[in-house]
Formats: sequence, structure tokens, C-alpha cells
Amino acid sequence: MARSIKKGPFFDDFLLKRVEKLRTAGRKELVKTWSRRSTIIPDFVGFTFGVHNGKKFIPVLVTENMVGHKFGEFSPTRTFHGHGGDKKSHR
Amino acid sequence: MARIAGVNIPINKRLAVGLTYIFGIGRHSAANILKAADISPETRGRDLSEADIARIRSIIDSEYQVEGDLRRQVAMNTKRLMDLGCYRGLRHRRGLPVRGQRTHTNGRTRKGPRRSIPGKG
Repeated sequence: MARSIKKGPFFDDFLLKRVEKLRTAGRKELVKTWSRRSTIIPDFVGFTFGVHNGKKFIPVLVTENMVGHKFGEFSPTRTFHGHGGDKKSHR
Repeated sequence: MARIAGVNIPINKRLAVGLTYIFGIGRHSAANILKAADISPETRGRDLSEADIARIRSIIDSEYQVEGDLRRQVAMNTKRLMDLGCYRGLRHRRGLPVRGQRTHTNGRTRKGPRRSIPGKG
């Protein structure tokens, strides 16, 4: 079931604070975050976020199309190297 | 013979079913269209008068997205996901289930026929 509209999108507040701070400072640096659960809201567009995937921060440049998705969607947590034992031909 | 929304020629079937031959029209919207056009769902395709066809056509044209347009929209939606680099897009690219289903077994609809693995069995 979809989330109630009344509540608005969910995101962690500190993200918005960080973005506001960067915006007033006029700088655009990587915003590292573990908050994969946060929805990307229009205010985040144009900033680069480092989204934690459990190991590294994956840089995600937020574009207009991404609004409404969650940060976690852009930072895959699994790496699949293909099946098959010794053959290196797999990717 | 009735041509509605391009190539579709449903005949010999009740209209409630015949209309579903149009991509984008299912049983539900077929029933709604017939109701709006005031045609019995029991009518067969061949019994349709020109006026009936015109009415159905105008309703579909104005209120439904069907066939090529709809296919294009669906393709655009998946393309958007793929270009975005999000998880769902990656799954589309790989031809794997998109909505979190298991792939240890099943998922054959997305993955296609089983491929045999060399050196097994």
C-alpha cells in the first residue's frame, strides 16, 4: 500500500539541514549519508550525495528525475560477479 | 468487420471480450466503455452498427490510451528507470525480476527459458 499523502514524503531531517547549509554557503560538496531510506525531495536536486552501500559511499548526483525515489535505490548493496568457478571470461 | 483503434478486428465474440483484443483494454474497461456507449456487452462484433462503432471509437480516443501510444509509454517508463541508474533500472537491464522476487528458483517469466550450465549433471 502506498504511503498516505497527508504525511508527505519521508526523509531524515538532517539531510535537508545539510543541503540548506551547503546552499547558503554556495558550495557543492559530497554529502555523505547512511540514510538510504530517505526519499529524494526536490530540494536535493543538483547536489551530490555519498550514499552508503554498507561498505563505501557511492556518489549519486541527484537529478530531477530521481525525485520521489529513495537514496538506497541508487547505491547497490550487492555485487554479482557471475556464476562459474575458474573461468575468468565471466564478468 | 469492425476496426477500432488501429488493427483490432474482434468478431464473433461478445463485445465485452472482443474489446479486450485492443492492447490497453481489459475486461473492466471494456465493460465501462460499453456502458458509456450504451451498447449491450452481449452484442457480437459482427452485429455492430456503424454508429455503435463510431461511438466506441470516440470514447476510446478521448478517454483511453491504447496500442502504440500505450506501448510507447510503457517503454518510456522502463527506459527512464534504466537511464536513472536506480535498482529497478538495473534489474530491467539484466532482465531479472524487478520487484524483489526470489531468483534462486522461479522468475522464469523474466529470465526466459532455462539455460543449461556446462559441466553440471
